[in-house]
Amino acid sequence: MTKLEAIIQPSRFESVKDALREIGVEGMTVSEVRGHGRQKGHTEVYRGREYTVDLLPKIKLEMVLPDHLVTSAVETILKSAKTGKIGDGKIFLSRVEEAIRIRNDERGESAL
Amino acid sequence: MRRPRAAAVLVSLGISLLACSLAFGQSSVREKIAALDQRVAAAQSSADNSWMLVSAALVLLMTGPGLALFYGGLVRRKNVLATMMQSFTLMAVITVLWALFGYSLCFGEGSRFLGGLGHAFLRGVGAAPDADYAATIPQLTFMVYQLMFAIITPALITGAFAERLKFSAAVLFMTLWFVIVYAPLAHMVWGKGGLLNASLGGAFPTLDFAGGTVVHISSGVSALVCALYLGKRLGYPKVPMPPHSVVLSFIGACLLWVGWFGFNAGSALASGSLATSAFVATHFGAAAAVVGWLLAEWLRNGKPSALGAISGAVAGLVAITPAAGFVGPMSALAIGFTAGVGCYLMVTRVKSRFGYDDSLDAFGVHGAGGTIGALLTGVFALRAINPIFKDAQGNARAVGLLDGNAGQLLNQLVAVLIAWGLAIVGTLVILKVVDAVVGLRVPEEHEIEGLDVTQHGEEAYNLES
Repeated sequence: MTKLEAIIQPSRFESVKDALREIGVEGMTVSEVRGHGRQKGHTEVYRGREYTVDLLPKIKLEMVLPDHLVTSAVETILKSAKTGKIGDGKIFLSRVEEAIRIRNDERGESAL
Repeated sequence: MRRPRAAAVLVSLGISLLACSLAFGQSSVREKIAALDQRVAAAQSSADNSWMLVSAALVLLMTGPGLALFYGGLVRRKNVLATMMQSFTLMAVITVLWALFGYSLCFGEGSRFLGGLGHAFLRGVGAAPDADYAATIPQLTFMVYQLMFAIITPALITGAFAERLKFSAAVLFMTLWFVIVYAPLAHMVWGKGGLLNASLGGAFPTLDFAGGTVVHISSGVSALVCALYLGKRLGYPKVPMPPHSVVLSFIGACLLWVGWFGFNAGSALASGSLATSAFVATHFGAAAAVVGWLLAEWLRNGKPSALGAISGAVAGLVAITPAAGFVGPMSALAIGFTAGVGCYLMVTRVKSRFGYDDSLDAFGVHGAGGTIGALLTGVFALRAINPIFKDAQGNARAVGLLDGNAGQLLNQLVAVLIAWGLAIVGTLVILKVVDAVVGLRVPEEHEIEGLDVTQHGEEAYNLES
């Protein structure tokens, strides 16, 4: 099992979600986050006072996938989240030791 | 014998009956006219009174929720309630002071500088009008209308010490400020026999229709003194302190704009054409100031902002306040536009050059806008709009500079200087006293945690609930 975390542009979220559902990803957890990588922030001006906003709004997707889905999920996200500009985000993959369904104590990939 | 006698009796009876009925008819006509007069007066009084009661309510609306939202949105989320509380508390505290002695100090007969205590506890303030101020409305209406001005004026100052003043210090400051700065200035400009009164025997007749000097210069200049005396907020200007909700400020500013119709058009103290004239000038002044501020901002920053638009509106409303009942619509546009650009430069250039922390720009908007408005009133006031000055024969004399009375500009300047002087000295003395009695600023760790929790024990936004 692999955990996939993707940080993407908010504007791409709907198409990424739809594309993932099409290849059979069953569930995900989504949060609205703020952060920055190499992308610079923007400035806001309130009555002449300038503030640099370097933490920008992003969407973070988290999902734990059975191993056979990982490659296609990564490809799907690469395809659907890309705008080609700085700030498109990142994908992180990590091994997951165990998954447990709380309702019936099911374990392993069948718990996903 | 009998017949002629009877005839004579009949004739004399007839004559006396006729005379009687004639006399009766005359007196009944006179009575009818008197009754009609009374009814006309009553109808006018009812019309004026209804507008004045609505105006009083509109002016209260400016403080809460108008100003409370406007200022509340501009502070950081940890200080929203504390900021709103300062405005709201004034609605209560000033009302009590007003009833006990405040009205009397402002509008009672007294010296050139302060009213006496003749109307203390509202003695003699009832349904009968005080013809010197407003001949067609109950003095009680006049009293409660003026009260709303006394409430919003100190509330404006709270913008300068936002996010760092103790609540106890705020209450004590406001109480003293109302007595030491507001009451004398209101009496001088609007009270019978006041030094600056335009129509009731002032030495320097000053045009201040709805409170350019009394309300906006006094509060704005006092705000500057407060900001300088208190010092900057922790971290200012390095730490970003953007408004936590421009949306709240936006709603507040829109309510201020509407409430201002009561403030300015209500200052006609009647529901006639002068009220209409002031209403129109008010609206035009605000609109032109929005255009002015936005243009200046657009040219300098490249973007016209929502906060800029609403700040411009308030600046225009401030500047048109002293002029509202004296100028025509085109002059109102000119005054508003000047104030929009002028106040924009005050809050952006001047403030950053001198580095004081007038947290919510009470001085930049009200002090600067009020001064611009007070002086321009002396330029644009026309007798055709408001024949306030009369010669010995009762003919209207020229009012402002463009009307042919250049000397008025000097009177306006005297009033501006007196308002500035009283605000500076009075506020400094009050700050010293409050500092000695309860202390002014909250401890550093409270300022970091926020005044909502440390001063009031609550939070504006409870995300868990």
